[in-house]
Amino acid sequence: MSDVTEIIEKQIKKYGKKRETLMPVLQSIVEKKHYLTEDSMLEVAKNLEISAAEVYGTASFYSFLDIKERGEFVIRICKSITCDMKGKNEIIKALENKLKIKFGETTPDKKFSLLLTNCIGWCDKSPAMLINDEVYTELTPQKAVKIIQDYYKK
Amino acid sequence: MINLKINNISVTVEQDTTILQAAKKLNIRIPTLCYHEDLCVAGNCRVCVVEQVGNKNLPASCCTPVTQGMEILTNSRKVRNARKTIIKLLLSEHDADCTKCYKNGNCELQDLAKEYCTEETEFYIDLLKDKNFTIDMASPSIIKDDSKCIKCQRCVKTCAEIQGVSALTAAFKGADMKISTFFEKSISEGVCTTCGQCINRCPTGALTEKRYINEVWAAIDDPTKHVVVQTAPATRIALGEELGYEPGERVTGKMVTALKQLGFDSVLDTDFAADLTIMEEGTELLTRLKKALVDKDPTVALPMTTSCSPGWIKFCEHAFPEFLPNISTCKSPQQMFGPLSKTYYAENKNINPKGIVSVSIMPCTAKKFESDRPEMIDSGYKDVDYVLTTRELALMIKQAGIDFLKLEDSKYDPLMGVSTGAGAIFGATGGVMEAALRTAYEIATGREVPFENINIMPVRGMDGVKEAKVLFENCLPDWSFLNGVELSVVIAHGLANARQVLQSVKDGKANYHFIEIMACPGGCLGGGGQPIPTSPEIRQKRANATYEEDMNMPIRKSHDNPEIKQIYKDYLEKPLGHKSHHLLHTKYLKRKKY
Amino acid sequence: MAKSLKKIDIIFIPDSECPYKVLENSIKKNKEDIIQNLIDSGLRGRGGAGFPTGLKWKFGAKAKGDEKYIICNADEGEPGTFKDRKILSEVPRKVFSGMGICAYVTGATKGFVYLRREYKYMVPALEKEIKIFNKKAIELGLNFNIEIFLGSGAYVCGEETALIESMEGKRGEPRNKPPFPIQNGYLGKPTIVNNVETFVSSMMVCKMGAQKYSKLGTQDQHGSKLFSISGDTPKPGVYELELGLNVADFVEEFGDGDTKAVQVGGVAGFCIPRKKFAEQIIGQGPTTGGATMLFNSSRSMYHVLQNYLEFFVEESCGQCTPCRVGTQQLLKGIEAVKNGNKAPAYLDELVKLSETMKISSKCGLGQSVANSFASIVENFREEMIY
Repeated sequence: MSDVTEIIEKQIKKYGKKRETLMPVLQSIVEKKHYLTEDSMLEVAKNLEISAAEVYGTASFYSFLDIKERGEFVIRICKSITCDMKGKNEIIKALENKLKIKFGETTPDKKFSLLLTNCIGWCDKSPAMLINDEVYTELTPQKAVKIIQDYYKK
Repeated sequence: MINLKINNISVTVEQDTTILQAAKKLNIRIPTLCYHEDLCVAGNCRVCVVEQVGNKNLPASCCTPVTQGMEILTNSRKVRNARKTIIKLLLSEHDADCTKCYKNGNCELQDLAKEYCTEETEFYIDLLKDKNFTIDMASPSIIKDDSKCIKCQRCVKTCAEIQGVSALTAAFKGADMKISTFFEKSISEGVCTTCGQCINRCPTGALTEKRYINEVWAAIDDPTKHVVVQTAPATRIALGEELGYEPGERVTGKMVTALKQLGFDSVLDTDFAADLTIMEEGTELLTRLKKALVDKDPTVALPMTTSCSPGWIKFCEHAFPEFLPNISTCKSPQQMFGPLSKTYYAENKNINPKGIVSVSIMPCTAKKFESDRPEMIDSGYKDVDYVLTTRELALMIKQAGIDFLKLEDSKYDPLMGVSTGAGAIFGATGGVMEAALRTAYEIATGREVPFENINIMPVRGMDGVKEAKVLFENCLPDWSFLNGVELSVVIAHGLANARQVLQSVKDGKANYHFIEIMACPGGCLGGGGQPIPTSPEIRQKRANATYEEDMNMPIRKSHDNPEIKQIYKDYLEKPLGHKSHHLLHTKYLKRKKY
Repeated sequence: MAKSLKKIDIIFIPDSECPYKVLENSIKKNKEDIIQNLIDSGLRGRGGAGFPTGLKWKFGAKAKGDEKYIICNADEGEPGTFKDRKILSEVPRKVFSGMGICAYVTGATKGFVYLRREYKYMVPALEKEIKIFNKKAIELGLNFNIEIFLGSGAYVCGEETALIESMEGKRGEPRNKPPFPIQNGYLGKPTIVNNVETFVSSMMVCKMGAQKYSKLGTQDQHGSKLFSISGDTPKPGVYELELGLNVADFVEEFGDGDTKAVQVGGVAGFCIPRKKFAEQIIGQGPTTGGATMLFNSSRSMYHVLQNYLEFFVEESCGQCTPCRVGTQQLLKGIEAVKNGNKAPAYLDELVKLSETMKISSKCGLGQSVANSFASIVENFREEMIY
């Protein structure tokens, strides 16, 4: 738990020990540890002196504060209408085949999670997806698979 | 001042008054669901929407302040249509099989459905069948049934605002939004204090108490069992509300008769045990004071706090474990009664304690948790077998076909059935303090407390935190060390207030000798097992009844109770004696803070 | 370019001088004059709600408080909208300049850019620019600095009070209004929340002057606006166009020759069918966020509506009954009609339900579902049934 505590203390140092610091704290933990575990949320509760239930209630509200186990690289394919029209289903199928998981799941080696997300603001270059913070646009099934292959090399 | 019209009737109100409050002034009832007098305004159920002339949207009356010249219609076609739609939406995500529900007949959603939906033919699509909802029955005190939740968030706000515990939260968003605990664990696993205040404010059957009615019937029906029942001080001044009376009616005598008619073998009184608690706790306080003032013992834990509220105890174990030594080692009256019913009472009546079933009627849900605490077996058996709330008792009375209003009064059975005004006031915030002072002061000085009619007014009332000071002078020789001591006491009710008091002691900002803490607003009279609804007005009426009960008792001080004198003479010997330590005192344990 | 479609280049053309020059000049002017200029320009908010900007800044200046905040709403979550992405990538200095002018006239000392999580890739570049701005502010003697606050993925946080709740570390549940953020906003203090494009346009108004700006556009929709155009179009992208355009001309310019419907204002906006193109003006009534999506005849409007409703069902904050439950009923309802479990007449019940949601929901999300729901069901009814 000490590395999570370190992350939390760094944010508290920057923003102060108050409720407003909760979002930066949760975001930092997700950034470094990929998702929020029960223990890490308890650690947040302890350090910010907020009830654990409130930490959970706040975290679970936001789509990018994952409370389910996620892999090192979280793929989020946009499913809003323009990306849908431009072929997101083919992208999903291609990646499901490549990674051998269904969307919503994480690969057994914990390298990739495959999720769907709502409009990420790249409708002019759809279909689009995020992998962690990086944006990938004008996708084709082949392009998407190639991007994943390149990630394996990382 | 603001002038406005509601349904074409003019009314003048102060700035910041809401439409709902202004309508109330005109005796116009606007239906609500998420609104509650005890809580900050939510404005999320939207049942209270009204039409405002000139506004294309319907404002929610509970959270919209009035403006000059506003024209409101509470019963236009648009409003009725919107209300009906919203109620139908709520019903579509609700298990509406009322016949199976504990809240049948006392459910705010049911009331609205009755008012708006009886002529409806088309309802919306059932949303429940595709959802995975849970019914959490793991807690000994509280059942959480998500299939009945309408997401008004009253429980969340109660636990946060009134109790300062926040064991509940709204979680997720959209269609997945629900009321949850930390990581959706059972409420029995977190920091829930089992106080049941959430149950008191839940408009539907989503939160109810764990019921033991069937178990108690089984014990009564079993000819091999001797069933003993004790009744809390706060039950007798509220039970009537479930059976046809207005709040504030004292129904003690009728309650005893009903219990006898239900088939309990012996109807005894928790108030007796309350008097016993005062003897033990008063002596304990004076002992600690002596250790501090005479022996100058630095290890003695002061201030001392009361220990009769199990919600408070669990709260302290979670949130302020450093204060555990400060809590009186006395068990609560319920838990003092329990072991005595299987030892003192059993021996006196020559009954094998193995065959005794000890039941209590409580205004409380935490008492169910308390009776289940593993250490509560000092009699050699489970000291209190079942705890029923005031609500459960009322249901049993109805099931038995007893016409409560027509009952004659009866008296409690002897041995543990005589009590005093001091015992009776345990049900109100400040009551334990007042009872303790009436005895402690007289033990130390030989005189009655210096308040008119021994009514210690400064400790009474509904302020969240009350302070008082009592000067001890001209004490009896044994207690001369108290001469000149101004005993400083504080009373808190509602756990958010308790937290505030403890924090101030922790921060060194306050110096008290004795602290009374009740988990529930108003004290036990506002407990999690009391009739629903609750409101400041209802709790005040119950408090008035409590002090009326006190004034009408022939004996008003615990140490004057003849049955108390008898139990010490015949059985316990003296307060804090060997037998008392074994049966009437307990330990606490540290629990997780988060 | 079609006749009524005048493309303007105000926002994205590189300026001859740094936008901070406008800031520098503005803080030498009288505060009331700046505000009046903004009011005279007729500029309305560019995020979707369309509140008159000058009026908002006027209230902000009047608001009593020792601390005031400026928040730039960069939560751009409306499907089909991506103009703020382009602004923040290409001309962030115009945004900060606008925020600086706002801080000057209102007395705010702290500014935030509430950046949606999906745009996190922008943070390094933006932080560089913010550092430059903060330094410039000190140089100019303006007591105001900006920092980024990152969102965490919630469409509803584009609503100003939900945004503020999120900044306070809570669930993004919109608040009751009144009180408005101007009186009681971030941490209970007066807070001015404006969209990214609004700050840019405000700065342009300060630069050009109200008269010149208001000459653009129409009687009740002044100025220019950015449109995010996507879908069945050969030229998706961000275009700066004068307001008051005719949809038919728009389709002529941006359609693929087979346009069946145009969604104006994102999924929270209206769907305009081919037969109404000629009579419809874009942006009639309150300004929209400018998200415009084109659908050709290969698209199933049932599928489109289903996609919209799935979005609303997920993104509703969940606190108020009409939206939380209503969105689910609308989605299940059209699915039931489509697979024959409910009669086609049930669609009328659903439209009525959406109308009730419109007038009784707690915030703009629930209130705007009816826009696309009613317009699609009424104009493409056959597609809902067969």
